[in-house]
Amino acid sequence: MLLKFDPYGIYCPQADVYIDPWKPVKNAIITHAHSDHAKCGNQNYLSHRISVPILKFRLGEDIKIRGVEYGEEIVMNGVRISLHPAGHIPGSAQIRLEYKGEIWVASGDYKLQQDGVSTAFEPVRCQHFVTESTFGLPVYRFPEAKQTHADINTWWQKNKEEGKASVIIGYALGKAQRIIKHLDPEIGTIYTHGAVDNLNRLLTKDGLELPSTTRVAGETNKALFKGNIIVAPPSAIGTPWLKRFDPFSVAICSGWMQLRGTRRRKSADRGFVLSDHADWDELNTAVKETGAENVYVTHGYKSVFAKWLREELHLNAVEVDTLYEGESLNEGEAKENNNETDAEYEEIR
Amino acid sequence: MKKFAELFTELDQTTKTNAKIDALADYFAASDKADALWAVALLTGKKPKRTVKTSELKLWSMQLAGVNEWLFEESYHVVGDLAETITLLLPVSETQADYSLSGMMALLKTLDMKTEEERQQIIKEIWMQLNTPERFVFNKLITGSFRVGVSQQLVIKALAKNYKLVESNVAHRLMGNWIPETSSLENLLFNTDSTEDLSKPYPFYLAYQLDVPMETLGNISDWQIEYKYDGIRGQIIVRRGELFVWSRGEELMTDKFPEFEILKEALPDGTVIDGEILPFNGDEPMPFHVMQTRIGRKNLSKKSLADAPLAMMCYDLLEHKGEDIRMLPMSERRAMLETILEEIKEKNPSANAILKISPVFACSTAEEMIVLREASRDRMCEGLMLKHKDSLYEAGRRRGKWWKWKIDPLTVDGVLIYAQRGHGRRADLYTDYTFAVWSGDELVAFTKAYSGLTDKELVEVDSWVKKNTKEKFGPVRSVTPELVFEIAFEGINPSPRHKSGVALRFPRILRWRKDKSINDANHKEDLLDLIQQLSKPA
Repeated sequence: MLLKFDPYGIYCPQADVYIDPWKPVKNAIITHAHSDHAKCGNQNYLSHRISVPILKFRLGEDIKIRGVEYGEEIVMNGVRISLHPAGHIPGSAQIRLEYKGEIWVASGDYKLQQDGVSTAFEPVRCQHFVTESTFGLPVYRFPEAKQTHADINTWWQKNKEEGKASVIIGYALGKAQRIIKHLDPEIGTIYTHGAVDNLNRLLTKDGLELPSTTRVAGETNKALFKGNIIVAPPSAIGTPWLKRFDPFSVAICSGWMQLRGTRRRKSADRGFVLSDHADWDELNTAVKETGAENVYVTHGYKSVFAKWLREELHLNAVEVDTLYEGESLNEGEAKENNNETDAEYEEIR
Repeated sequence: MKKFAELFTELDQTTKTNAKIDALADYFAASDKADALWAVALLTGKKPKRTVKTSELKLWSMQLAGVNEWLFEESYHVVGDLAETITLLLPVSETQADYSLSGMMALLKTLDMKTEEERQQIIKEIWMQLNTPERFVFNKLITGSFRVGVSQQLVIKALAKNYKLVESNVAHRLMGNWIPETSSLENLLFNTDSTEDLSKPYPFYLAYQLDVPMETLGNISDWQIEYKYDGIRGQIIVRRGELFVWSRGEELMTDKFPEFEILKEALPDGTVIDGEILPFNGDEPMPFHVMQTRIGRKNLSKKSLADAPLAMMCYDLLEHKGEDIRMLPMSERRAMLETILEEIKEKNPSANAILKISPVFACSTAEEMIVLREASRDRMCEGLMLKHKDSLYEAGRRRGKWWKWKIDPLTVDGVLIYAQRGHGRRADLYTDYTFAVWSGDELVAFTKAYSGLTDKELVEVDSWVKKNTKEKFGPVRSVTPELVFEIAFEGINPSPRHKSGVALRFPRILRWRKDKSINDANHKEDLLDLIQQLSKPA
């Protein structure tokens, strides 16, 4: 077996490299820069070019990291390794490994929906496919993102008419840029939380085009927020930081907003279904398109999805324990808190 | 259906009272009267009869969705709501049709006369013509689980606003046994015909827990102070020689109280009394559970009547000689009530045994009230009622003129042993817990509790449960005994059905005792002692 799952992460002994290790190792390939996939302390990092400045920003400027393009081939002790678009967030990649005719793809987090900020997912043929299962239940079939973006703009417009500010919540890396990309700047000014602004700067420097935004600063005149929109990470929910926008309406963007219970439990006024993870149909499509006979199901509803793949698609599907968190709104908040340290709130010079 | 589903979504998305009233009033303004009437019925909790089996709905939705049984069940466990699970599993509909709400309700009513084949065809066709919010509301209606976060009071306010009526009149008109199939909105809201429903009760006036400082109450002697009895709040109505007994849950319960039949003759025509129905042993109130077993019975045997003789502790007089006297001050209503009961006492001893007057206590200081409140538990009471002597009899729960002042709850420390996913807004979290106390060196379950923790704590416990699961039984997980919670409750009764031998009334989580280990949890003996103490007559 070319890859195995050990206590440090997903390991390729032949190449002596780990994919998204959760404990420090010598060589690490990072699928994307979310903190449950990109840990600090590894000796050598490899990732897609776009992830490099983000990883340096989050893990330290001094990390040893090499950036590659999608499809660029690297050979490590005979193992041919290449990165392919995963469509999850900018710079996210599926990792393809080939050795003596055995082909594996570890897909990290992915989605098939096109989000306008990430390179679109590309199916990669393989024999062994490692897939997430964050939304691996048939009740998760997400509405078209186009409709959701239109709903967000309508909501913003309505708040504006009622003299309120709109606060929209999404992960600082990926979701926030996706939200901003589809906001209608005709309605008003787009403000950003510091954590979002920092990532916007890194990503726009790298070529991502976004509507112009203004960072919320301590001295910003409160009256200016009325009728405008503020993009903030989940860690901002329920903090005094929000008070300055009063009166405001708050909305959360997440795949979990598909369920009424979650929408109601989160103390938000609105929940928009907007996911950077594949839904049930996308997971099924992705697995089929790889042509893989062997599927390793990680974080999410893994037992359900693995059983489904065995029974319905007659694949060798097994569940694998990992420490990835997927898009959990609850633990996810902790995750955001962890990687948005105080340093991250500071202005990048 | 579209408009009604939009109304539902709006009500569901906001917690703001004014936004809800506006949404309701807009709906009434934009709907025809037949739809508005159905909306009033559904929003005030009148449930249509279920005409389709849940198992059928499940099967048909599985067929349309291409999902097998185990996958359906897994989905249901996560979603926690059958109507929503079906809504989300069904394929996206390609065509759209708009049904009127009243038309839809009429259609649903005919379903139980149809063959299974026909029912299946109709339901599947409707499903595939509705958008997601409509589908959800439709599924809630056919599964008989329609509920939305508006109180009757908000519906009343919105109706009054839209039709320019007086709120208290609307409230009275919505009471009782009207059914949307045979009523019309005109009849319900505007008809002044005297042949209207004789059984119609008045809306109950309910109090909030006292949460303002004592000093703000003003002169204590301006308040009528009574015990708060622990029974079934009810109204006894005698009109044109007929008797009706209503519970606060707007349930007509006349049949449950055969001993009240004699009141038909004893009370003057046109009398409505508000009070608390309780089991009595002579003049001693008995614990609530004595009545509970009797109320649950379909057929009342002589023995159950003898074991739990019921009477009404009378609080208030709402109708006198056919006149609605709710707008007279409390002190006058009380005087009239006393007069009626005095007359009965002389003329009719057996009716006198059934109609007891709730004693009024004279207190002039807050300290006296505190002493009285403490003593109330010994009288099987839950605390005090404070009613301002000038207060009118209002409709619904209101602040200011009436207060309830309950005694602090009883508490016990229990160990979390089972967790189950919640429903509704807690569906993806383990929030329904079973707690245990020690019996020797064994932990025995003694109660379930669902509420009391903050959302943040729920998330924390949920994550702990997932990491500390011992076994899974369907949706239930047994967990390592480790977490201790303080459980509050209002009463405790012996119960042979429970392993612990006790049953609690209104159990809820008071706080998470992170400072306690499982060895600090209470013992079964503590609970049995409590029952002993509480059932001792004063």
